[in-house]
Amino acid sequence: MTDRRIRVLVAKPGLDGHDRGAKTVASVLRDHGMEVIYTGLHKTPDMIAEIALQEDVDVVGLSILSGAHMALFPRVREELVKRDMGHVLLVGGGIIPEDDRTNLEQDGFAKLFGPGTNTDSIAEYIQAEMKTRWAAEGVDA
Amino acid sequence: MTETIHATDATAAWQAAIAKAKLREADFSTLSGVPLQPGYTPEDAPLDYANDLGHPGQFPFTRGVHPTMYRGRLWTMRQFAGFGTAVETNERFKFLLDHGQTGLSVAFDFPTLMGRDSDDEMCLGEVGQVGVAISSLADMQRLFDGIPMDQVSTSMTINGPAPILLAFYIACAERNGVDPKLLTGTVQNDILKEYQAQHAWLVAPEPALRMITDVMGYCSTHVPKWNTISISGYHIREAGSTAAQELAFTLANGMEYVRRGVAAGQDVDDFAPRLSFFFDSHLDFFEEIAKFRAARRIWARKMKNEFGAKDPRSWMLRFHTQTAGVSLTAQQPENNIVRTAYEALAAVLGGTQSLHTNSMDETLSLPTEKAVKIALRTQQVLAEETEVAHVADPLAGSFFVEAATNRIEAEAEAYFQAIEERGGVVPSIQDGYFQKEIHESAVIYQRATERGTKRIVGVNCFVEGEAAPDIDIHRIRPEAELEARANLAKLRSERDEARATQELANIREACRGDANLLERFIAAAHADCTLGEIAQVLREEFGEFKEPKIL
Repeated sequence: MTDRRIRVLVAKPGLDGHDRGAKTVASVLRDHGMEVIYTGLHKTPDMIAEIALQEDVDVVGLSILSGAHMALFPRVREELVKRDMGHVLLVGGGIIPEDDRTNLEQDGFAKLFGPGTNTDSIAEYIQAEMKTRWAAEGVDA
Repeated sequence: MTETIHATDATAAWQAAIAKAKLREADFSTLSGVPLQPGYTPEDAPLDYANDLGHPGQFPFTRGVHPTMYRGRLWTMRQFAGFGTAVETNERFKFLLDHGQTGLSVAFDFPTLMGRDSDDEMCLGEVGQVGVAISSLADMQRLFDGIPMDQVSTSMTINGPAPILLAFYIACAERNGVDPKLLTGTVQNDILKEYQAQHAWLVAPEPALRMITDVMGYCSTHVPKWNTISISGYHIREAGSTAAQELAFTLANGMEYVRRGVAAGQDVDDFAPRLSFFFDSHLDFFEEIAKFRAARRIWARKMKNEFGAKDPRSWMLRFHTQTAGVSLTAQQPENNIVRTAYEALAAVLGGTQSLHTNSMDETLSLPTEKAVKIALRTQQVLAEETEVAHVADPLAGSFFVEAATNRIEAEAEAYFQAIEERGGVVPSIQDGYFQKEIHESAVIYQRATERGTKRIVGVNCFVEGEAAPDIDIHRIRPEAELEARANLAKLRSERDEARATQELANIREACRGDANLLERFIAAAHADCTLGEIAQVLREEFGEFKEPKIL
């Protein structure tokens, strides 16, 4: 009966320097009691998956506003799977057109959050998802 | 005496009425969170007209840098544009010039902003996405094909590798038979705010600052009409700062560049007239106007009194404005046209020299041609139909605007003090001070919108449900990346390899000594060295910047 805290990696893939959203979300998730690791800028999919593994996170959240999401997001997922981390709750946000969002959500991404999203709702979503997953695994949260 | 008593009585009565009044449920503070009074009086805005304002075109330029402001000429309507390949962006430039735009502004893609070639492994999926991909002189030639470089002024938003892109531009003019002395425009070249907010850097701060003084030094002789830095608050604001932080950090950066130029042995009046600024125009109408007015006053006083500049052009803060990208909403995107119009009006009433108006669809993608045209037309309506451009600084003497101008100036001075106490701008970057201040303001604002104290139409009030916005999206052709790669392969196979290698070696040597780097970059551009190759030498010689951890 451990009181397990949700561990989240907030990551910035690619060359995109827009980190306002990623850092704001990181702060809000921390306010909601999660343990949050922020990668900093300019990380490759390989680096992100490696940090996720080292930090043994439950959730990976990707933020991108450079338009390179269709090239980079699936690669992060591949790198995670390669490290046997395919089970993490994978979410993302940024400037992502509707069609791309649908495609990514069919391809291993649990949910993508667009502009105007209430940050508390992101936290609540993650908490609800992890509660369900942990209940299924018999973990008490 | 009687009058004084009267005034006091009247004020007391007003205060009493305010205390009793029933008010709306609302947050009566500025967008930056500064509480406002219900009204302002002469007592709130003590002014010494000659010293604090001066006439338009006179020190300290609070009222604008020209005696007649827009009667001489309107502000330059300059829409930031760039996407895909150089050929596609060249077409968009010609479209904008055909529709009455008066200057060009180049948006580069992330690989270019980070000093990497289109065929670099790190750049997969990023080529041409947020701007145009330029990896060589040949790309720059394609970008300006058929555009008279001696007649159109060009602004280039590039920072880490700015001296390299400027070298491509100068070399391109030379190839087109245009004397660089005739070139007009601006290169952003403001590296300090990259570390603070925008985050597209190339090397560590000290060598980056050396390259900037090299640019200032070279251009004062060889490209004398070029603005060598556009000291930018825009990105600081967009990253989440308040209006006062935007102003204070930007001017602190500006003063740092001036110190560096002077320390490199240049006369302040030789380079200061070529410094220009770039601010955000956000939704808080009066706070923004006050910010622009305070900016001019502070800069004029610092340049004259602290840096001993004697040329009045060194005292004048000239600036470009862009309406606030962060104020746009993905929900009900047509409303963004209205937001942008108010922001543009604030910029003009604040005395801007040039203006970019955002397009309504920019929270969804790069703008479509239609959306860009509406944004440009917004400026044209402002200039031609509203009659606001006839009178300089029309809000001078407003108790509220003058009080706000004084307030922002005082807040900026407090920040200058804080930065100095931390050892200056570069140490405050290295320990993450600016980044932390900006982040904290961003979170405060985000929470205010989520709690509904700051209202956003379509997001936290007057919401219309979850339907996806019904507007067109501008998609970048995936072939752009392939074409850019093919162009580079061709360039590398056709160039004189020995000459390119020699020019890169010359740059390496200049990094270790004190030869002017911009001069070497121009020679390398002519030898078809690529952006990534030149930048790689700089990374190796100067070392990369390590981002401080702030959370």
